[in-house]
Amino acid sequence: MSAALLEISDLRTEFDTDDGLSVPVDGVSFSIPEGKTVGLVGESGCGKSLTALSVMRLVPPPGRTVSGQVAFRKRDLLSLSERQMREVRGRDISMIFQEPMTSLNPVMRIGAQIIEPIVLHEGASRREARERGVEMLEKVGIPEASRRFYDYPHQMSGGMRQRAMIAMALSCGPALVIADEPTTALDVTIQAQILELLRTLQAEMGMSVLLITHDLSVVAQLADEVVVMYAGSIVERASAENLYAHPLHPYTEGLFDSLPGFHARQERLNVIRGQVPDPTHYPGGCKFRPRCSYEYEKCAERPGLLKGTDEHLAACWLVEDTERRKKPQTQRV
Amino acid sequence: MEEVVLARKPRSPLRLAMRRLKRHKTAMAGLFVLVALYLSALFADFIAPYSFDDELRGNSHAPPSKIHFVDAEGKFHLQPFVYGVSFEFDEFHERVFAEDKTKRYPIKLFVRGDEHKLLWVFPTDIHLIGVDKPARLYLMGADSRGRDLFSRILYGGRISLSVGLVGVTVSFLLGLTVGGIAGYFGGWVDSALMRMCEMIMIIPGFYLMLALRAAFPPTLPSTSVYVMIVLIMSFIGWAGLARVVRGMVLSIASKDYVTAAKAVGGKDIIIIFKHVLPNTLSYVIVSLTLSIPGYILGESALSLLGLGIQDPQASWGNLLSDAMHVTEIQFHPWMLIPGAFIFVTVMAFNFLGDGLRDAFDPRMEVGRG
Amino acid sequence: MTSYIIRRVLVAIPLLLGMTFLAFMVIQLGGGEYFAELRLNPQISRETIEQIEQQFNLDKPAVVQYFYWLKNVLKLDFGYSFSRMASVTGLIRGRVLATMLLSTSSILVTWLVAIPLGIYCAVHRYSWGDRFASFFAYIGISIPNFFLALLLLYLASVVGILPLGDMTSAKFDDLSLASKVLDIGKHLIIPTVVIATAAMAGLQRLMRGNMLEVLRAQYITTARAKGLPENRVIYVHALRNAINPMISIFGLQFSSLLGGAALTEIVCSWPGLGSLMLEAVRARDLYVVMGDLLIGGILLIGGNLLADVLLAWTDPRIRLE
Repeated sequence: MSAALLEISDLRTEFDTDDGLSVPVDGVSFSIPEGKTVGLVGESGCGKSLTALSVMRLVPPPGRTVSGQVAFRKRDLLSLSERQMREVRGRDISMIFQEPMTSLNPVMRIGAQIIEPIVLHEGASRREARERGVEMLEKVGIPEASRRFYDYPHQMSGGMRQRAMIAMALSCGPALVIADEPTTALDVTIQAQILELLRTLQAEMGMSVLLITHDLSVVAQLADEVVVMYAGSIVERASAENLYAHPLHPYTEGLFDSLPGFHARQERLNVIRGQVPDPTHYPGGCKFRPRCSYEYEKCAERPGLLKGTDEHLAACWLVEDTERRKKPQTQRV
Repeated sequence: MEEVVLARKPRSPLRLAMRRLKRHKTAMAGLFVLVALYLSALFADFIAPYSFDDELRGNSHAPPSKIHFVDAEGKFHLQPFVYGVSFEFDEFHERVFAEDKTKRYPIKLFVRGDEHKLLWVFPTDIHLIGVDKPARLYLMGADSRGRDLFSRILYGGRISLSVGLVGVTVSFLLGLTVGGIAGYFGGWVDSALMRMCEMIMIIPGFYLMLALRAAFPPTLPSTSVYVMIVLIMSFIGWAGLARVVRGMVLSIASKDYVTAAKAVGGKDIIIIFKHVLPNTLSYVIVSLTLSIPGYILGESALSLLGLGIQDPQASWGNLLSDAMHVTEIQFHPWMLIPGAFIFVTVMAFNFLGDGLRDAFDPRMEVGRG
Repeated sequence: MTSYIIRRVLVAIPLLLGMTFLAFMVIQLGGGEYFAELRLNPQISRETIEQIEQQFNLDKPAVVQYFYWLKNVLKLDFGYSFSRMASVTGLIRGRVLATMLLSTSSILVTWLVAIPLGIYCAVHRYSWGDRFASFFAYIGISIPNFFLALLLLYLASVVGILPLGDMTSAKFDDLSLASKVLDIGKHLIIPTVVIATAAMAGLQRLMRGNMLEVLRAQYITTARAKGLPENRVIYVHALRNAINPMISIFGLQFSSLLGGAALTEIVCSWPGLGSLMLEAVRARDLYVVMGDLLIGGILLIGGNLLADVLLAWTDPRIRLE
C-alpha cells in the first residue's frame, strides 16, 4: 500500500440545533494513499460532505469539529492556525463542489476566479497567472480557452462550468483534490465526460482524489479504494474490487441490491426498509440495526471496524460470526 | 451542503407561528405596549384627570406639576401631593410659575371631575386620579389654553390609534379585492387595474396626501374630518397592497392545487376564496401590521400641518403643532411629548410586525407599506 | 441599453398623463375659490376678475381646462400662481434646486454610513457593535421624521450652535462665496440628519441582510476553499454580490426621499418643493399644485429609471443579454 497522504482518525463534528446536539460526523477514520482515488459513498445526509468540510476546516457555524486528527503528510490540520490552514487550502488540498452554477461567483469572470489561487499561493504575476489559467482551461478540455477565460459563469454550459471548476482546483497542482458529488448535477452523458477527465488528469498529475458520491456506478469507474459511510460513521472500507465482489456490511449489500437491474430484470425494486437515523438521536448499539435483516442480540453493542481480511474492514459483528450470514426469508420488501 | 433528514410530527402552521411569536421578546413587548395604549384610549375619559377641552387660560403653558412626597417642613407623606401654583410675567412676557407651598393637594384615586360617558355608554363623573380644586394636576404640563396635556394626549390617542386600524382595514379590503381580481382574471382586467395602481403610486406619498386634501373643502366638521383622513390614507395605501396581492395570486394561481381544483370543476370565485386567499394570509397579516404606522404618521402629519383634526379635538399630530414654533418650545419643551407617543406606537408596531414575520417565515420579504 | 431607456420613457409618459389628469379632476372636486382674496379687494372690479378667469380658462369645464394646462406645460409654462402673483415655472425652478440639494446630501450621508456599517454588522454578527447598530436602526426607522426634526430643533435652540430652519441666514447676500457655501451647509445639517437617519436605518439592515445571505452562498465556501484571506472573501467576493440588489435601492431611495423629505422640509422651513406644495394646498393655488405634482412624478419615475439602468449596468447577467 502506498504511503498515506491523508489520515483521518476519529473525526467528530457537532452542530447545536433546536432539537439537541447533532453529530453528523461521528468518529470517522480512514486514510487516503498517495496518488490513489478513494471513493466516499453514502446516502444524502450521512455526513460525507461534512467530513470533507471538516478536513478543510470549512464547517459552517454553528458546527464545529470537536475531536479527532487529520494528518496531512504527518501534520495535524486540526491543530494549525487559520493562516497556516489557508496556505494548505487551494495549494495542497483543493475542493470541487457539486453545483458549479452556485459554486462559482456569478459576477466575476471565470478567468479571474481561476487565477486567484495562483496569484495568492505562488506569487505569480497576473500575466503569468493568466497564461497558466488559460493552459488549465485547455487541459480540462474547454474549447477556445483564451476567449472563454473572460466569460462569466452563466455564459457557460453546466459541463463546461464543472470543467472550469476542476481547472480552478488543479491550478496550483495540489496533492489532494476533494470532489464532492462532482457529477450529480450534470446530465448523464456529461457525467461520463467529467469522470473521464478526472481520471486522465489524475494519471497525468499524480494527485490523490477523494471522490464523494452517493452513486455506486461513479465510484466503480474511478475509485481504487472505497469507504462506505452511514449515519456519520464508516461502516465498510475496502478496495473497489473487493467491495463490489463481496460486500461485508449489510448496508453495503443493501445499496448494491437496490440498484435497479443490478441482478437480472426484477419485478419489484429492492429497498432498504426504514429510514436514516436523525443525527441528534442515533440509536444505541449498531446504528444500522433497526433496518438490518441480519440483526441479532450482539448488535446491541456497537461494533468498531472489524477486519474481514487485512484490506477489507466492516463495522458488523457478522465479520466475526460469519455463519449468521445466510439470507433470511423476510429480507425482500 | 447535505440536508439533515428529520422525522417529525407536522404541526399546524398557525399554531407553530404563534408559538414562535411568544418566544420573540421584543415582539411581545411591542404587543404589550400596544395593548396598553389602546386600552388607555378606550378608557381615556376615565383615566384622564380632565376633559380634553377643559380650559384654564390663566395656566397657559404651565409646566408639569412637581409631585412631592416630602413637604416644606421635611415631613414625609405616603400619599404624593402637589402644590397650588401662581404665576407672574417675566421680561419675555412669558409666564413664570411658582409653587405656593402653603397648601398641599394630595393626589387622589377615583375622584369626581368632569362628566363623561364611560365607554360611550355609562354616564359618570369619576376619574382615575385627580386633585381637589382649585389646584390642577398637570402630569405633562399644560398647553397654550391651560388644558392638561396628559388628558389631551389620552383623548388624542383615540383618534391617532384608531385611524391606523380603520384605514388599514379599508385599504385591505380594497386592495385584496382589486388585487385578487386582477391576478386571477389576468388579461385586460389585470392590465387596466395595474395601470391605475401605478398611476397612484407614481405620486410621492406626501404630495398625494396633500393633493387629496386639496380635493376637500378647507374646513369641515370634526367627524367629517376623521372620515376624510381615513379616506385619504386608505386611498394612498390600497394601490400598493393590490399590486402585491396580485403578484401572490398570480404565483399561487399557477400552482398545482389550483389547477387540480379547476380540473374538478370548481367555480372561479370559490377558488379565489378557498384556495388562493388563505395562502396570502400570513403575508398580508405581516404587511398590514407593518403598514399601520404609515397611517398613523399620515394622520399625524396632516393634523400637524393644520390640515387634519382641528382644535378643540385632539390628535397626537395636532397636539404637536404647538411645538412647531421653535422659539416657543424652548420655554415649554413638554409640548414635544405627544411626538414621543407617536414614536413609541410606531416602534411597537414595528416590533410586533417583525416578530410576526419571523414567526411565520423569517425569509419573508415584506416591505413597510 | 439606449433602447431600454427609450422604451421606459415612452411607457412613463401615458402614466404621467393619466396621473396628472386624475389629479386635476380630483382637485377640481374640492371646488376652487381661487380669487376669494381678490374678490374681497374693493379696488379690483368684477370685470377684471372675470377677465382673469377667462384668460386662464377657468370658466370652462374641468376637462377642457386640463388640456389647456397640458398644452402650456408642453411649452414649459406651468401656469400662474394666484396667491403669489408669479409664474409657476419660476417658483418651481428655485425650489427644485433646494430640494435636490437636500436630497443629494441626505443620500450621500445615508450611503456613506449605512453600507460600511451594514458590512461590519454582517461580518461581526451578534457582536455588541451589531446589536447596538440594530437597536439604533430600529429607532431610526420608527422615529417619525417630524418628531426627530422637532427634537433636533429643540436641542439646537438650547445648545445654540446650529441655525434653526430655513436655508440661508439673514445676512446671506453680504457673505463671500465661501461663507455662503458654509452658511447653506450649516442649514443643511439638521434636515439632512433627520432624513438620513430613517433612510440609513433601513439601508443598513438591508445591507446586513444581503451580506449575511451572500455569505451563506456556496461560492463563498469555494472562495475559502481556495485559501483566500477572509478580507478578500468578504470585500471582493461577497460584497460585489451583496451590493447588486442595493443599486436599484439607490434609485428607489432617491425617489422616496422626495416624499419623505417634504414633511421634514416643512418642519425645518427648508424652501423646497415640499414646502411649496403645502403653501399651494393651503392657498388652493391650482397650478402650483399641479406643477409640483408633475415634477414630483417625473422625479420619481426618473429615480426608478435610474435604479433600473444602474442595475442592468452592474449585473453582468443582465447586461450581456
